[in-house]
Amino acid sequence: MPGQADTTASPAASAAPVTLRDVRREFDGNVQALAGITLNVSPGEFVAILGPSGCGKSTLLRIVAGLDHPTSGSIGRGENFDTRSIAYVFQDAHLLPWRNVLRNVALPLELRGVGKTDRLEAAAQALEQVGLSDALRRYPSQLSGGMKMRVSLARALVVHPKLLLLDEPFAALDEITRQKLDQQLRDLWLAHRMTVLFVTHSTAEATFLADRAVALTRRPGKIVDDLRIDLPRSRDESLRSSPEFAAAGKRISDALRAGGA
Amino acid sequence: MNGKRNIFSAAWPPLLVFLAATALAEVLVRLFQVPIFLLPPPSAVLRFIADHPADLLTSLSITAEAALIGFFASALVGILLAIALSASNLVRRAFYPYAVFFQTVPIVAIAPLLMIWCGPGLTAVAISAFVVSVFPVIANTLAGLLSTDPALEDLFRLNGASAWSRLWKLRFPSATPNIVTGLRIAAGLAVIGTVVGEFLVGLLGTAEGLGVRIISAKKMGRTDELFADVLMASLLGLAMFAAVNLAGRLLLRHWHASEREETS
Repeated sequence: MPGQADTTASPAASAAPVTLRDVRREFDGNVQALAGITLNVSPGEFVAILGPSGCGKSTLLRIVAGLDHPTSGSIGRGENFDTRSIAYVFQDAHLLPWRNVLRNVALPLELRGVGKTDRLEAAAQALEQVGLSDALRRYPSQLSGGMKMRVSLARALVVHPKLLLLDEPFAALDEITRQKLDQQLRDLWLAHRMTVLFVTHSTAEATFLADRAVALTRRPGKIVDDLRIDLPRSRDESLRSSPEFAAAGKRISDALRAGGA
Repeated sequence: MNGKRNIFSAAWPPLLVFLAATALAEVLVRLFQVPIFLLPPPSAVLRFIADHPADLLTSLSITAEAALIGFFASALVGILLAIALSASNLVRRAFYPYAVFFQTVPIVAIAPLLMIWCGPGLTAVAISAFVVSVFPVIANTLAGLLSTDPALEDLFRLNGASAWSRLWKLRFPSATPNIVTGLRIAAGLAVIGTVVGEFLVGLLGTAEGLGVRIISAKKMGRTDELFADVLMASLLGLAMFAAVNLAGRLLLRHWHASEREETS
């Protein structure tokens, strides 16, 4: 992207750090979801979080968002942080069926009290970034799964988040659509440089998207490995067939296997 | 899209059943020479309708007025009560059992009281329609308000939405399908409540609703008239049901996939 220095995690002003100190989470009935997570994420980093099903990845993300609270341990997200600097993308698009695409994307701004003209303009811009400028007046029921997910992504981008949290957002999509959206997300991150935590099952997706992969063990989740992914900053489809890509993916798989996945 | 053809294609199978059943009834009643005071042949009912159109329409409009007032009161009060009940767990636990209890009290038992309180006439009959039809609106609306998508609740929370916007921008619109279901049930019940109310309350009144006519037709053994009155009441219920259905479809027209495009 134009004018972006190619340095690792240059702390952009519009990005927040995330600091987790020995975060534990137990649910009622002594179900332990997280068993002591310590993690430092620098502003502007793109971190993938991987682990077997039910290892507490989603719980971890909800705790970072402030939607859930740790049983013990602490969480920091930089000075003067408020939850409105967070955008959260769920496993499914979760759009409001009674609103058209444009008004769905404008919703977060509407809830923050942004005026109508401004919020619709911002929503149209966000939709342009995900390539949906021609679908503004359509309703969610008229969209394919991939398009719905892009609307959901635009709804996250419209607030210019300092911290973008994604919980297996593309898991329900077919492989080709998923790869296209991975590409789009990576490009959007290069343009905006917010901090991203991306939960996924897929080592290939983590390798393509992230600069760092954190692998968790089975429940209760602990960090088994924290890997740097040394691949070019700007990435495209050709990367997926390169030996470096395969090697990076294998390291993540090995880490997950070591964690009992 | 081709709305007219859809209505027609939806309407012809039940219409065919109706015509066939009517024809069969006609044949059977004549074949076995059933006395007319037990079961009139459909042709006799039709003849009665053709001979007394003005009387029937007047009664129909009196019944329709009470049923519509009762129905709209149910819609308004039912939705507002459901919103109030959804506001807090404690309020719901304290009051909901009474809403259920209210529903189990037979209207036949309350109607004489209504007559004492309101005097015979429109008010008592409309209240009877309201009492019978309000509970499904409360129950369905409440279920809808309490089953909002948790992810969307999170989204509203993250964006600092007020309780007021959560209600009007999320929970209430999310509950639309449930509200429509409740109103659809209430439409039919409002007519039943009206007719029952007229049985018990309207006897002394001056206005001759369908319920009043049914009672007097019974007394005089005029089964052809009785069937004509029942038919009118059924048509009224059907019309109200269809109107709610149509309104519901308009409200929910964007909710369900229509022409899905597989592009991405």
